[in-house]
Amino acid sequence: MDLALQDLGDYIVGHLPDEVEDNEIKLGELILSAKADGVIKVLKFLRDDVNCRFKQLVDICGVDYPDRSPRFEVVYNLLSLAHNNRVRVKIRTDEETPVPTATGVFSAANWWEREAWDLYGIYFSEHPDLRRILTDYGFEGHPLRKDFPLTGYVELRYDDEQKRVVYEPVKLTQEYRDFDFLSPWEGVQRMLPGDEKAGDPDLDGEASETGGGEDDKDDAEDPDKKEDA
Amino acid sequence: MEKGSLGMGVTTNALVGDAASLTPGAEQEALLNQVTDELQDKGFVLANVDKLVNWARTGSLWPMTFGLACCAVEMIHSYCSRYDLDRFGVVPRPSPRQSDVIIVAGTLTNKMAPAFRKVYDQMAEPRYVISMGSCANAGGYYHYSYAVVRGCDRVVPVDIYVPGCPPTAEALIYGILQLQKKIKRTGMLWR
Repeated sequence: MDLALQDLGDYIVGHLPDEVEDNEIKLGELILSAKADGVIKVLKFLRDDVNCRFKQLVDICGVDYPDRSPRFEVVYNLLSLAHNNRVRVKIRTDEETPVPTATGVFSAANWWEREAWDLYGIYFSEHPDLRRILTDYGFEGHPLRKDFPLTGYVELRYDDEQKRVVYEPVKLTQEYRDFDFLSPWEGVQRMLPGDEKAGDPDLDGEASETGGGEDDKDDAEDPDKKEDA
Repeated sequence: MEKGSLGMGVTTNALVGDAASLTPGAEQEALLNQVTDELQDKGFVLANVDKLVNWARTGSLWPMTFGLACCAVEMIHSYCSRYDLDRFGVVPRPSPRQSDVIIVAGTLTNKMAPAFRKVYDQMAEPRYVISMGSCANAGGYYHYSYAVVRGCDRVVPVDIYVPGCPPTAEALIYGILQLQKKIKRTGMLWR
């Protein structure tokens, strides 16, 4: 299976050497990295070529990597019923750079791109109707960006005098507390909340050197970890 | 003739309300017989209007269907044949104009809140609100979300809170029975 996929990947790269930068197989799935301004040509080729025939656009989604530049990725998942194949096309962009819309190639792209615009603020140029799709009317911000706070900026209540719902700045009676100390994507914290009085394990003699070393290593690994997530 | 005596065709005991609150048995039987006799004798019965109205209200609480999330599934269970809320005169209505109570079954999002308030405003008085499940009670799992109302009591006044995530169908029915009790206790002709 992987061999056939690899052949397909090489075939696609052979036909689109300027647009597709890289192809790789991860977990038995073919992933193409494309240039943002060439993505329409890539999608058209994947849809129309006899050996590809990826006629269904299953999904478009955004990904935010705050440490990278450009920070966003747009992922297109395609399905070929004719060849029982799937392929994933990835392009990269940032807050300002528009991505050409895929609505001309796949009509399904319309709402997916609205979703990516709504949640990440990825701008799609020449999209016929680029409005928000999921969040509240008049919502401000793009909630799936990593720098968007979980609780947002406004909350809502009904005002009896104005006879309508009004928005107010968020006022929490209790701050959000995270009890998941063993979160698989954040790693084990060295100091658990509440252990402050017991002292920093790093400051105790030998532990400080090894602990400090681990600390640096953790920082170095951090971007990679986030990329995996 | 003394006011309220039988000779005036007046029974001071609120017949209807008490008949509904009495359990089947000799006492209820006697009361019902008394009413029937009076009906045959005079052709009319006098009773306490408040209690009559409350009896009518509690006996046909028509809820607005307002299923927002997974709690709606439990609500549907309680309407369906196993629990059969129709036994209590509870029949879901698709229109706020025809309903007496709204069961908020699920997560109330910011986007839905104005629509929910509008539906509530369209309901005729007296109207009641049952908040069903953690999300409707206080935001629940989504309490810290940017998109969810932290409890539907921020938007409308709530009569009964049913806890659970989701509450079982029995719990919802218990909540509805509690609402009936509340109406019997506090209900008046004028609110």
